[in-house]
Amino acid sequence: MRYIPHSEDDRRHMLASVGASSIDELFADIPKEVLERFEPMGLPGTSEIDVERVLQEASRENIRPDRVISFQGGGVYDHHVPSVVRHLTSRSELYTAYTPYQPELSQGTLTTMFEFQTMVCELTGMEIANASMYDGASAAAEAILMAERVAGRGRVLVSAALFPHVRRVVDTYCWAAGIELVELPYDDRGRVDRSAISRNVSGLLLQTPNAFGVIEELDGLKASLGDGLLIASCHPLALALLEPPGTFGADIVVAEGQPLGLSPSFGGPLLGLLATRGALLRQMPGRIVSRTVDIEGETGYTMAAQTREQHIRRERATSNICTNSALGALAATIYLASLGEVGLRNLASLNFHKAHYAARAVCRVPGVEPAFAAPFFNEFTVRTTLDPTQIRERLRAQGILVDPPESLAAPAAGGLLRFAVTEKRTQEEIDRLAAALQEVT
Amino acid sequence: MRTIFDRTPSDDVTGLLPTLDVPVDASDQLGEKIARRRPIRIPSLAEPQVVRHYTALSKCNYGVDDGFYPLGSCTMKHNPKMTEEVARLPGFAGLHPMSDPADAQGSLRVLHHLSELLGRIAGLPAVSLQPAAGAHGELTGLLLFKRYFERRGEAQRTRILLPDSAHGTNPASAALAGFAVTKVASGADGQIDLSTLDAALDDTVAGIMLTVPNTLGIFEERILEITARVHRAGALCYFDGANLNAFLGRARPGDMGADVFHFNLHKTLATPHGGGGPGAGPIAARDILADYLPVPRIVHEGGTFRPDWDAPDSIGSVHPFYGNVGVAIKAYAYLLELGDRGLREVSGAACLNANYLLSRLRGTYPLPYDRLCKHEFVASGRGVGADVTTLDIAKRLIDYGFHPPTVYFPLIVPEALMIEPTETESRETLDRFAEAMIQIAAEAASDDKLLHEAPHRTPVRRLDQTQAARHPVFTYPFAGASPREA
Amino acid sequence: MEYPKDRRYTKDHEWLKDDGGRFTVGITAHAAKELGDIVFVELPTTGSEVAAGAIVATVESVKAVGDVLAPLSGKVVAANTDLESAPQSVNEDPHGRGWILVIEATDPSEAEHALSAEAYEQLLATS
Repeated sequence: MRYIPHSEDDRRHMLASVGASSIDELFADIPKEVLERFEPMGLPGTSEIDVERVLQEASRENIRPDRVISFQGGGVYDHHVPSVVRHLTSRSELYTAYTPYQPELSQGTLTTMFEFQTMVCELTGMEIANASMYDGASAAAEAILMAERVAGRGRVLVSAALFPHVRRVVDTYCWAAGIELVELPYDDRGRVDRSAISRNVSGLLLQTPNAFGVIEELDGLKASLGDGLLIASCHPLALALLEPPGTFGADIVVAEGQPLGLSPSFGGPLLGLLATRGALLRQMPGRIVSRTVDIEGETGYTMAAQTREQHIRRERATSNICTNSALGALAATIYLASLGEVGLRNLASLNFHKAHYAARAVCRVPGVEPAFAAPFFNEFTVRTTLDPTQIRERLRAQGILVDPPESLAAPAAGGLLRFAVTEKRTQEEIDRLAAALQEVT
Repeated sequence: MRTIFDRTPSDDVTGLLPTLDVPVDASDQLGEKIARRRPIRIPSLAEPQVVRHYTALSKCNYGVDDGFYPLGSCTMKHNPKMTEEVARLPGFAGLHPMSDPADAQGSLRVLHHLSELLGRIAGLPAVSLQPAAGAHGELTGLLLFKRYFERRGEAQRTRILLPDSAHGTNPASAALAGFAVTKVASGADGQIDLSTLDAALDDTVAGIMLTVPNTLGIFEERILEITARVHRAGALCYFDGANLNAFLGRARPGDMGADVFHFNLHKTLATPHGGGGPGAGPIAARDILADYLPVPRIVHEGGTFRPDWDAPDSIGSVHPFYGNVGVAIKAYAYLLELGDRGLREVSGAACLNANYLLSRLRGTYPLPYDRLCKHEFVASGRGVGADVTTLDIAKRLIDYGFHPPTVYFPLIVPEALMIEPTETESRETLDRFAEAMIQIAAEAASDDKLLHEAPHRTPVRRLDQTQAARHPVFTYPFAGASPREA
Repeated sequence: MEYPKDRRYTKDHEWLKDDGGRFTVGITAHAAKELGDIVFVELPTTGSEVAAGAIVATVESVKAVGDVLAPLSGKVVAANTDLESAPQSVNEDPHGRGWILVIEATDPSEAEHALSAEAYEQLLATS
């Protein structure tokens, strides 16, 4: 097998050194009954050429991304990934490396993690950020667990306008931890109903922009929570145009980082961001990297505050997380470095203006109107007189893809449809969407 | 080491993005209450600056493509390059997770077939690909236990048993799943002692978490009796699959009494580690737990594949979509290429390499369990030099061009060195490593300064961990701002 | 090394010094050395009640966490907040400036179970 660099001679020599006469003898410690019960997978094995053929055929059974126009969103978007991102993350010193437990051999990984942490803090307005979580949904769930460790009230408020797929993960983690979730409804402007906020909670988790694309107002939320923690789940690109949650007193900020240079890839791997106040370091899950010096006084980077983590604290750790989304974090770092502040604002602007143009175009279609009178970034929701499932089907028949209505916040009133518009959507494509909607409704 | 923030910004770096092509309306404003005022201090750089910076950083790193990486229980084997190509195919990479199933038949087919294959490898049919890492799989598996006992009216089962050699994620996952942990001490032979196990088993135990072989590289020879006793006590068995490389293609956890098993695709199935992730930790469970698997499940009905949500007893979801699909595709390609014969060759060569290395180090390094090992073994640095620690040995290995093995784990061996060569190493590499270890032992006795001051030739010398702990700096200290210390 | 005779010791490597029913508690030089450079001490809240044998504080080095177990039951009446800015005092002077907390004992006679300095030195020699 071509990944095993042994010759027959090597095997003979090594077996002799071990004192065994065959490789099978090396399995004498496995109970015979277990070996006898074994059944194979049923695959014969094949060549690289055949594997590639099989996978190419399978990929062609999917829709071809270059043959459709995507207005899909829900946390995962069709953004341009700059070629430098793929080029640099393909360097094998970076992608075939392990977790940087030996820092002298891992300054590449560790320096980029330090950059990543810094960039996440810049975007979110928070003091410290970790080196990534699996995805934005588990990051939100772990933020709730963190708030519960800090405030200990056993109950957490959760916005009803979270993406359902985020809410599902939050529900599962909170069931595991025995935390009661109380849903905070949204009002007719599509924003959390502040009158329903109570102080006797460990925290409040809301999403902004939310599942309807509506930007929540964060001002004054922290004050209404008493010593409950404010957790904001954000869109990393939207933060280029929005005053970040840190300014409004958020305690923890989480986000899905896929828009920062990751392909949609049918929903994984993704990239979880988590940032918090410096005072909450000891309760924060995940790895974190610190700057330090070596014995010659040179600047270097190393994993720090490891006593929070599972390999030291075990059952008293802040989380069980070990493997994270390091390569995704590297991609995001390179992505942000290629854009810089100017490029990032420009990119966010493109998203914003194209989405607003689209919203106007789409709402000129009879029977279609904005669902909420509220500011949005690059995702917006409309109300239609026709069944949105049908609309989606008929758009799809024309090669125009939108999210299913079930991906809006439940219980979404019937007749809602959401569109996301990125920098990749041209005016022509947006006009085609409006025309198609016109036809369908 | 310089960061991107130390680079001099350039002026006009447009060209990456198009100009705005749609008309703008004056009402398209965010309003001053919410519009951003704070700067974002990421410099604007020209492409050559970005490329040089990260290329230089990559040369300060060490991956499996660079050399030997014998980290115990990490299985740092070669990452087949063909798998990178197929995962990147536009049909896979560009597919949105909320696509209509009719538009995703290729990906759904691959995930469905992979689930079948993993189920057969484990000998446990109910598979979920959602967990994004091994620890995530542990949490998911323990939540299956939790729901199982809930439904049976046995909610008093709140404890999980763990051997003292368990990896730290095991107790951490148990705690996250709402269980208390009870440690079970290993016997003198490094394996679970049956009478200690009996003493710990009662009707408050939900299950045991075992790594097989264990973190000493020893296969629990009484595994069938262990799992039988746990089952007789009404509890379940979770097997951590970090060490699957030891018996891949020769034995199945389902035949050993496991009820849930997790795979680490980034270990056994050769997907790259990425500097810490992403990985994937799919679980395979016995049929009695199938109802509780996360949703959605991928089903094959009437000739097509679709996500199925009809599972009222499911624990819910641990991932927003289908798990780390991009990683799963790589593992799938690896399994297709290897087939059954290839899997058998993997475990054969992995155990041969480990036992060979053990035989080469015997006599130079203490071997607390000097016996037939599986794919890894534990040595100790104790007594190698009067004033030399395992840490010093590890740092000196770097000077010889090797990544050190895992150090100070498992906790039950003082000054531990956990060594897992994997099957993708040549005898030549193993010999060079053994010679380096022997040479270092000699240096430890004659000139230990070489070890204490190691490493000598890396981009940075030994780093001050105490400073990082006492005075941490977690973000770049921009001019005019105080460093963001915790 | 010789351990100060003005106090008693536990097998978990804590020391306790009686001052009229109020016991100052810290970790021994042996424990501090085993842990390495101390980087953080998690102190109990003043006024909290503790049971003998329960974890009352933790001492962290870069790579390890040491639990400080209450050597007797009582109420925490003081905690050494100097350790917040100078955790290294535990390494530099574990039996003096590195003190961790003070317990007002409910039953001071519980201290009699602890070891004398000689007995503790003996314990270290044989382990």
